[in-house]
Amino acid sequence: MTTTTMTSLLPEAALAFAAVAGLLLGSWLPRRRQWVVRALALAAVAAGLAATAADAAGPAHTAASGSYAVDIGLHAARAAVLVATGLVLLAGSDGLAGDRRETEAYVLLLLAAAGSLVLAGANGLLVLAMGYLLASIPLYAMVAFAKDAPGTEAGLKYFLMGALFSVVLLGGTTVLLAAGGATGYPLLAVGLVEAPRAAAGAGAIAVLAALLFKAGAVPAHFWVPDATEGAPAPVAAFITTVPKIGALVAAYRIGAGLPLEAAGNWSLLVAAAAAATMVLGNLAAFGQDGVRRLLAYSTIGQVGFLLMAVAAYGRAQEALPGLLYYLMAYTVTNIGAFAAVCALPEARRLAQWRGLFGRRPWLALSLVVCLLGLVGTPPTAVFVGKLTVFTAAFDAGMVWLVVLAAVMTVASLFYYLRWILPLFRPAGGDDEADEVAGAALGAAGRWSTAVAVCAAALTLVLGVAAGPVLDWLASGALAG
Amino acid sequence: MLSVVVFLPLLAAGVLIALPRLTPRAVQTTWVAAAGVELVLVGVLWSGYTGGRGSGEGAPGFAGPLAYETDLEWIPSIGSGYHIGVDGLSLPLIAMTAVLFLACAVYSLRARQERPRGYAALFLALQTVSTGLFAALDLLLFFVFFDLSIALMYFVIAGWGHGDPARSALRFFLYTFVGSLALLVGFIGLYLAADPHTFDMVELAGQTPLDGRAVAGGAVLLAIGVGLAVKTPLAPFHTWLPPAHTDAPAAGSAILAGVLLKMGAYGFARIALPILPDAWRAWAPGIAALGAASVLYGALVALAQHDFKRMVAYTSVNHMGYVVLGLGAAGTAAAGTAPQAAQLAVSGAAVQLVSHGLLTGALFLLAGVLHARGGVYDMGAYSGLAGAAPRFAAVLAVAAFGSLGLPGLSGFIAEFQVFTGGLGLAPIPTAFALPGILITAALLLRAMQRLLLGRRRLPPGTAFGDLRPAESAAIVPLLVLSVLIGVLPRTLLDVVAPAAAAVAELVLR
Repeated sequence: MTTTTMTSLLPEAALAFAAVAGLLLGSWLPRRRQWVVRALALAAVAAGLAATAADAAGPAHTAASGSYAVDIGLHAARAAVLVATGLVLLAGSDGLAGDRRETEAYVLLLLAAAGSLVLAGANGLLVLAMGYLLASIPLYAMVAFAKDAPGTEAGLKYFLMGALFSVVLLGGTTVLLAAGGATGYPLLAVGLVEAPRAAAGAGAIAVLAALLFKAGAVPAHFWVPDATEGAPAPVAAFITTVPKIGALVAAYRIGAGLPLEAAGNWSLLVAAAAAATMVLGNLAAFGQDGVRRLLAYSTIGQVGFLLMAVAAYGRAQEALPGLLYYLMAYTVTNIGAFAAVCALPEARRLAQWRGLFGRRPWLALSLVVCLLGLVGTPPTAVFVGKLTVFTAAFDAGMVWLVVLAAVMTVASLFYYLRWILPLFRPAGGDDEADEVAGAALGAAGRWSTAVAVCAAALTLVLGVAAGPVLDWLASGALAG
Repeated sequence: MLSVVVFLPLLAAGVLIALPRLTPRAVQTTWVAAAGVELVLVGVLWSGYTGGRGSGEGAPGFAGPLAYETDLEWIPSIGSGYHIGVDGLSLPLIAMTAVLFLACAVYSLRARQERPRGYAALFLALQTVSTGLFAALDLLLFFVFFDLSIALMYFVIAGWGHGDPARSALRFFLYTFVGSLALLVGFIGLYLAADPHTFDMVELAGQTPLDGRAVAGGAVLLAIGVGLAVKTPLAPFHTWLPPAHTDAPAAGSAILAGVLLKMGAYGFARIALPILPDAWRAWAPGIAALGAASVLYGALVALAQHDFKRMVAYTSVNHMGYVVLGLGAAGTAAAGTAPQAAQLAVSGAAVQLVSHGLLTGALFLLAGVLHARGGVYDMGAYSGLAGAAPRFAAVLAVAAFGSLGLPGLSGFIAEFQVFTGGLGLAPIPTAFALPGILITAALLLRAMQRLLLGRRRLPPGTAFGDLRPAESAAIVPLLVLSVLIGVLPRTLLDVVAPAAAAVAELVLR
C-alpha cells in the first residue's frame, strides 16, 4: 500500500522534494549561482511530467487510504500545472536571475504548484483544505515579492481575503462533517443523503465559495486585478493560472461526487456564478488601459467559461473532458500572453505596445496568437475548449448560459483587439508617445520571449491535435 | 489532391514569412506564382470532375455526388473530422476563388505595397481559408475557416486600409464575429440533435435530425441564419459592409465582396437547406421576403451614393439578395412536388454566386484604379474619363453592364434563373424584387455617365493614366470569364445543375 501510494504521488513528491532541497541548496549558493536552484526546479517539473506520462495510462484509483484520487482529473491537472510551472520558471528567469531572493521565489512557486495539485486530487474535505492552504500561503508572499507599495498592498489584500475564505472553507468542512458524518467524499456522499438539507447546502456553499476564491471567480474575485498588477509579471502569470486548475477540478469533483442536488440546485448555483463571472470579467476588461489589469479581468472572464463545465457535471461524458481540455488550453494560452508581459515589463499601458510588430515580430505574433486564442479563434486550443464546454452546457439544458457565453465571447474580442491593434500600428506620428513606446519596448527578455513563442506554438499544436488529447481525457473517469 | 489545393497557398505564405530578406519584387512574384499554380491545380480538379461518377466515392443523399473526398478523423470524440470534398455547388466557387485571388495578386504588381511580405502572406492565408471553407464537409471545419476568414480580413483592412481603417475593421470584425458565434451555437444545436452526435455535413444531411421538431428546428435555423446573414449580408445585418469596403484596400475589397460574402450564401445552400429542410420550408416565405427586401434596399441605397466604392458595396447587398431570394423561393415549393422550379431557383442562386464574385471583383479593382489615380472615390470629382482613359472606360462599362444583368454576361444567366424559378414559387417577393433590376440598371448607367462621359474633369493636381498592363491583366480575365458564362452558360451549368437538383430534392423531400 505504501509503495503504491508513493509511486502514484511521484509528481507531488518531486515538487515538494525539489522545494526543500532547493531551499537548502540556495542557502549555500552565492547569489550569481542560484540558477542551480532554477535548474533543480525545472528538473523536478520534468520528472513530474515524466511520472505523469508513465502513470496516465493506468486505471483510476485512490491513494492514501482513499483520500487522494489518482484519476484522469488529477493526471490532466498535473500535466497543466507542471507545464505552467515550467513555463513560468523559464519566463521568470529574465527578471529573477541574480535577485537576492531568487531561490525563495522558485521554492515558493514549487510549493504553490504542489498545493494546486493536492487541490485537484483531493478526495475529501480535509485534504482539500490542506491543498487550499498549501496553494495559498506561498502565493501571499510571492505577490509582495518586489517589496514595493503596489505589491505589498496587493499581497495584503490577497492575504486577507484568502484568510477569510480559508476560515469559510474550514467552517463548511465542519458543517458537512456534522451533517454527513465524514469528510471523505465517498462516505460523505452516503451520509449526506439523510442529512438535513439546510446544513448540507450551507456547507457546500461555503466550500464552493473558497474554491471560487482560488479560481478568481465572482463573488471572490476582488484580489485578482490588484494581485496581477502588483505582483511581478511571472508571479502574475502563475497566480492567474495554476491555482485555477486545482480549484476548478476540485469544484467539479464535489459536484460530481456528492449528492448535492438533493440539498438544492447545485448546477444552477455554479451556473449563476459562471454567468456572473463571465459578465463581470469581460465587461470590466473594457475600460482597462493597463495590460496587466486587462489580462486580470480576462482571466476572470475565462473562469466564467470554465465554470460552465463545472455546472454541466450532469453530462459527465462531455463536461469532464471539456473542462480538463479547456484548462490545459487556457493554461498555455494565458501563460503565453503573460510571457509577453514578462518580456516587456516596462510596457504597462496599451499605448506603449505600439509598433511592437515592427521591432519584435516574433514576440508580437505570439502575443496575437495567444490573445486571439483567448478569444477562442480557431484553430487555437481555447476554441476547441470553448466548443466542448459550450456543447456540454448546451446538452445539460443550459442554453441560456451558452448564449450568454457566446455574447461575452464577442465582448471579449473587443478588448483583446484594443491590445492587438497598436502592435501593428507603425511607430510614427506622435513623437512623445513614440519615445515612451520606444523606451518601454527597448529590451525584451530573451527567456520570456522564447516562452511566449513556445506557448503560442503549443496553443496551436494543442488545438490542431485536439483529437488525441480529448480522446485521452474522455477515456478515463473520476475515481472514488 | 484537394488538400493540396487547400493548403498550397498557406505553404507559400509560410515560405514568404520564413525566408529572410526577400525583395518586394520577389515577394510579389512568389505570390503570383503561388496563385497561378493554385489556379492550374483547380483547373486540373475541374477537368477531372465528372460529377462524381468517376471517383466512385459519391455519397448519395447529399447535395450532388462528391468528388475528391478526404475524410480523416480530427477530433473523433466530438464527432468532427477533416472531411473535405467538392461537388457542383462548391467546385465553381473554388474555381472562382482561385481566379479572383490570382487577379488580386496580379493587380498588386501595379504598385509597391507597404510591407509587401505581410500583405502577400495574409492574402495567401486567406486563399487557403476560403478554398477550405468551400471544400469543407464538416460543420466544425467550416466554422474554423469561417472564423479565420474574419480574423485575416480584419488584419488586411486594419493594416492596409485607408480612411479610418481601424474603426471599419473593428466594426467588420465585431459584426461578423457575432454572426460566427451565432453560427457556432446553431452548429452545436445540430450536433446535439444528431444521433449519433456528429458534425459531419453528409451524415447530418442524411439524418436531418431536427425534422418534425418545429421549435428546435426553427431556433437552430435562426441561429445559423443570423450567422450566415451577417456575412452574406442580408438587409438588416449589412451595416458593417459599406465602411469595411470603403476603407479596405482595393484587392481586399475585391476578396471581401467576391469571396467572403459568398461564404454566407454558400452556407445557406450547403448547410441550412440540406440539413434543416423542414425548418427551411417552414420559414421559406419569410426568407424569400428578406431576400427581396435586400434586393430592393441595396438597390435604393446604392442609388443614393456619390462614392463609387460605396455604391458598388451596396450593389453587393442587392446582388446577394437575389441569391437568398432564390434559395428562399426554392423552399416554398410544396414538399414532394416536382422540383424543377426549385432547381432552377437554386441553380440561379449558385450561378449568381460565381457571377457576382467575378463582376464585383472587377468593379472593386476598378474602384482601386480610380482611387490610385485621383485619390478620391467621389463620382462628382470625375467626369469625361472615356477620353483620357479609353481602356479603363471600356472595362468599366463591361463590368457595369454585367453587374446590371445584361444578356450575354453571367449576371443575366443567374438573375434570369432566379426570377423564372421564383415567380412560379414565390410570386409576391419575386415581383417585389423585380424593380431591383431596374434600379440597379439606372444607378450603374448613371455612374458610368458621370464618370466616363461629359467634359473632362479630374480632382485637382492629378492625371488620369489609362489602365496599366498589370491592372488590365488582373481585371480583363474576370470579365472574359463572365462573358464566357454569359454566352456559353453550359460550361458552368453542366456542373451546377446536378448539384442544384440535388439540393432542391433534399429540401423538398
